[in-house]
Amino acid sequence: MTNPLPTKARVAEYAGGVRRRVREGGLGPAPVLLALAVTWVVFQSLNDKFLSPRNLSVLSVDIVGTGMVAVGIVFVLLIGEIDLSVGSLAGLAGAVFAALHVNVGMTEWLAVVVAVVCGTAIGALHGFLFAKFGVPAFVVTLAGLLTWSGLMIYLLGPDSSISFSEDGLVASLTSRYYSAPGFTYGLAALCTAAYLLVSLRDRARRAGAGMPCRARSGIWVRTGLLAAVAFTTVAVLGHFEGLPLALLIFLGFIVASDLLLRRTPYGRQVLALGGGVEAARRAGVDVTRVRVSVFMIAGTLAAVGGLFVASRFTSASQVSGSGMLLINAVAAAVIGGTSLFGGRGSTWSALLGVLIIQSIASGMALLGVETAVQFMITGGVLITAVIFDSLARRTAASRVRT
Amino acid sequence: MPGQRQSQPLLALRGVSKRFSAVQALVDIELEIRAGEVVALVGDNAAGKSTLVKVISGVGPPDKGVIEWQGAPVQIRRPQDARLLGIATVYQDLAMCENLDVVANLFLGREIHRFGVLDEVEMERRTRELLHTLSIRIPDVRMPLAGLSGGQRQVVAIIRSFLGSPRLLLLDEPTASLGIQQTNQLLDLIEELRDQGLGVLLISHNMSDIKAVADRVAVLRLGRNNGLFDVNTTSQEQIISSITGAADHAVAHRPHPEEVWP
Repeated sequence: MTNPLPTKARVAEYAGGVRRRVREGGLGPAPVLLALAVTWVVFQSLNDKFLSPRNLSVLSVDIVGTGMVAVGIVFVLLIGEIDLSVGSLAGLAGAVFAALHVNVGMTEWLAVVVAVVCGTAIGALHGFLFAKFGVPAFVVTLAGLLTWSGLMIYLLGPDSSISFSEDGLVASLTSRYYSAPGFTYGLAALCTAAYLLVSLRDRARRAGAGMPCRARSGIWVRTGLLAAVAFTTVAVLGHFEGLPLALLIFLGFIVASDLLLRRTPYGRQVLALGGGVEAARRAGVDVTRVRVSVFMIAGTLAAVGGLFVASRFTSASQVSGSGMLLINAVAAAVIGGTSLFGGRGSTWSALLGVLIIQSIASGMALLGVETAVQFMITGGVLITAVIFDSLARRTAASRVRT
Repeated sequence: MPGQRQSQPLLALRGVSKRFSAVQALVDIELEIRAGEVVALVGDNAAGKSTLVKVISGVGPPDKGVIEWQGAPVQIRRPQDARLLGIATVYQDLAMCENLDVVANLFLGREIHRFGVLDEVEMERRTRELLHTLSIRIPDVRMPLAGLSGGQRQVVAIIRSFLGSPRLLLLDEPTASLGIQQTNQLLDLIEELRDQGLGVLLISHNMSDIKAVADRVAVLRLGRNNGLFDVNTTSQEQIISSITGAADHAVAHRPHPEEVWP
């Protein structure tokens, strides 16, 4: 058995491990957070409306559609593949919903379910073609991009746009806000308390088993930071309309997908595929099943994201399925820190990345800069993120001592 | 356990063949491994050693022939099948995920979970316990594999094969990137496992390693059996001439490139 160490030594061992991992494996989310802070400070200094509750509230709803799609892209990037069809899938989901609900007269919630299931099924088809026949995912999803854009345009009909009611279920996704302080602050307190309890319980179990564990002060500092972020968000958004339902759903999806990836055997298999397909196969991972399921998740989240985009416009149109959605979603995942080479990343990177992209877009719009310049700047941020990613990968590879 | 030596083999290959498009990698291979026995598998480059390991471990199933486990024919079509029988493998290329840490690699494909949630604490505890009993030092079990040296990775691959108490161990060049002390430690460990009644198939290029731990030596040459020797009664020269083809048992003589035995 492991010899029982005094608590202090175990905390020191844990801290040493963290330092070593930071040295070997890069800085985690720190550069992304820094980039976000710089973006905000720059735009705030150029226009003091940028960090106003109103603008931040609009921003927090605008990020959700693209962000949902980006969460699905993170899954695909983690297994070292790419899905180019998510933009048109999002557009198709909006069109399917609007066509069924408005043109056919289907019940709204049923139309939503059908639209999302469409995304899942198409994702499964892509995954199947890729995993079973060995067609590169790039080509399968490129064909998908064309096919599903075509179907979307066909469904939208001659007007190439279908509007739906402004007080229905889908419209309320991005128009409902919660402003009761009891609810919003209570939610922030609940999340902070849950984080604290889970951290303390984890520490207690590790200490009980005589293993290195995080210092108690470290847990309190992290909880304090989380509380600061949560309560500031609630307070700032409370100054405008309140906590947007869309943002809550988005955060819920991120937390759930992060737990799925980091805390379940399935998530472990997804990461293993990104680290080495053959190694995963020999360890008994069902590679085909994991690949198909990952594309199903990407398709589902693309459809969900598409509904949020349509909800913002209260109409399904070609705009919502444009190529920009695909580009922004992939860029968000990569800017947020998910590796293009597979195996490294988290769904939180979708939130951070989409925040940076949307902040640039919003700031530029406030300053009255034309879209052309905005594209060029976002492109610059993306290429910087990719260079960081490649460098991180190179240092990891060159660290290998033989 | 002397009585067990005489009983039926743990694993037996009968007429196993494997073909990769134009290349006949294995032809009618016969091989038996008993419990409590170390069989060394030797042969020149491209003799089919690693292919044979992949046949037994379910990574590359055979085209023809029968695999028997304790006397009964079995199908090993997938790595999971081999694992369920109790066959564990250390591959020559290690086959591990660089992005995952030591604990995750050890338990990949057999994660410990409670109600569907990974039990990281328990997995890490068992890892530390295993490292402790084998007196192996790894600086940080939560370090991604990419940060470990070649020797440390090899050690991790070997420990992984011990998890889940296997009955047959396939070791493909396990000492390739180990230092002298680690090699000796591994050889001691192999003897210990044999005495506990495990069967071991050891692929090695190192004759002194083989002399030290193996009971029998099976020689492969150009994908065919080329002799089976008792280590204690056979000279090293005899084995080497069988490997290089100076004493061909199975194939006709053919021009042989001047290769130096390492």
